[in-house]
Amino acid sequence: MTSPYPFAAIFGVLIVALTIAAGLIWLERRLLALFQDRYGPNRAGPFGLLQVLADMIKIFLKEDWIPPFADRTVFVLAPAVIVVAVLLSFAVLPIAPGIIVSDLNIGLLWVLAMSSLGVYSIVLGGWASDNKYSLLGAMRASAQMLSYEVFMGLSLMGVVLLAGSFDLVHIVEAQRHLWFVIPQFLGFVLFLIAGLAETRRIPFDLPEAESELIAGFHSEYSGMKFGMFFVGEYLGVVLISSLITVLFFGGWLGPLLPPLLWFFIKMFAFICFFILVRASLPRPRFDQLMAWAWKIMLPLALANLMVTGAVVLAWGK
Amino acid sequence: MHVVFYISAAIAVAATLLMLRQLNAVHALIYLVISLLAVAVVFYTLGAPFAAALEVIIYAGAIMVLFVFVVMLLNLGQAAIRFERKLLGKGSWICPAVLAAILIAELTWLLIEGVGPMYPPMTIGPVEVGAALFGPYMIGVELASMLLLAGLVGAYHIGRRERSGPEPADVSEEAHK
Repeated sequence: MTSPYPFAAIFGVLIVALTIAAGLIWLERRLLALFQDRYGPNRAGPFGLLQVLADMIKIFLKEDWIPPFADRTVFVLAPAVIVVAVLLSFAVLPIAPGIIVSDLNIGLLWVLAMSSLGVYSIVLGGWASDNKYSLLGAMRASAQMLSYEVFMGLSLMGVVLLAGSFDLVHIVEAQRHLWFVIPQFLGFVLFLIAGLAETRRIPFDLPEAESELIAGFHSEYSGMKFGMFFVGEYLGVVLISSLITVLFFGGWLGPLLPPLLWFFIKMFAFICFFILVRASLPRPRFDQLMAWAWKIMLPLALANLMVTGAVVLAWGK
Repeated sequence: MHVVFYISAAIAVAATLLMLRQLNAVHALIYLVISLLAVAVVFYTLGAPFAAALEVIIYAGAIMVLFVFVVMLLNLGQAAIRFERKLLGKGSWICPAVLAAILIAELTWLLIEGVGPMYPPMTIGPVEVGAALFGPYMIGVELASMLLLAGLVGAYHIGRRERSGPEPADVSEEAHK
């Protein structure tokens, strides 16, 4: 079933997602400042809220330079890919009953597919820049995101087994009595880590590690093309937080408050958690990152899937 | 649905042709990704959403990323483009063109003959695919998994670091002596 007003749903989700992503510029800087015992941006407007506007004016007015040695077409195409891929994922996200763009019966697979296409943005952007730091960043990104995607998908299969569907609306409805975070706690932790890696934020920001690779894959980008990578990252944070809410914390379900409010409360809690992680964890070495993915996370995800499968089979759900 | 099918099928064919005549390996791979995405849309319009999603996740999202990764590692540049230009001379197109023409002729003949309905009566979702894979096609799944395991073990063997000679730690100790 699709929403009765498809265009209203599409534009509503687009506007809300982009507004939250822009608002995160301010939220992240204020929260980071709070965690580090300073003020952060507090001059422009009430609580410094107009800082978002100032940053946007600045980024739009910057010179948008394409290096003469770059592969022009791919260089221009790459930043668009990530924003498109992440925004397309929002299409299947059930925000509240009836507020969804497209209730696809393979909704969860759609999200995984779009997140796997997002890698191209980073990889092609780094390659097209024709700069060794960018190329190194792009290579790190492709290795990291391929490795973390494998168990990202596997960690969610437990939820699919319990709900009996890839449909995100069914998954939320199946949590009416018990949120999946309790039977699938391991799956939740695995997905949280994979989600951090997919959005390439600290501690998984090795593709752009500024202390070793200048700015990694986006070293050569400026102006709004850099802005697209930036927006893509924040949209990714919003998406992963929403997915955790939907898959493990019962989506819009909750007592007293209206469903829409519950969804946003849970989502913002995870966004704040993402920012807290950024403020508190150091960046690992690249080989540690890869070994962690393949030697610890993948076996754990497989074990979680096997145990969940056995339990579901034994209880004859 | 018909219109979507024909548009995406046309995109798939065009992207594949463009992929073939690209000299730059990464550009060729981008066209191949577009072609695979178009094929996924074709699957969806034919009533196989699960196959469409897997096409995007596995082919476009994983295997092609590995291809791009390898091409980037080699980073061949201008020399490879010159070599490709030599390789893709006029003569090299004849043989594939003849083979493709035969296939197109066969396909047209089959379409004119009109064998069976083009669209299946129902959509084939994840449950049906799973039931078929672990029901009648069990042996195929098991064989494929064994093949993949063999490939994995082989790759591990080739990629294994040779431990000939002393460990780095031993070298430093000897230097101290």
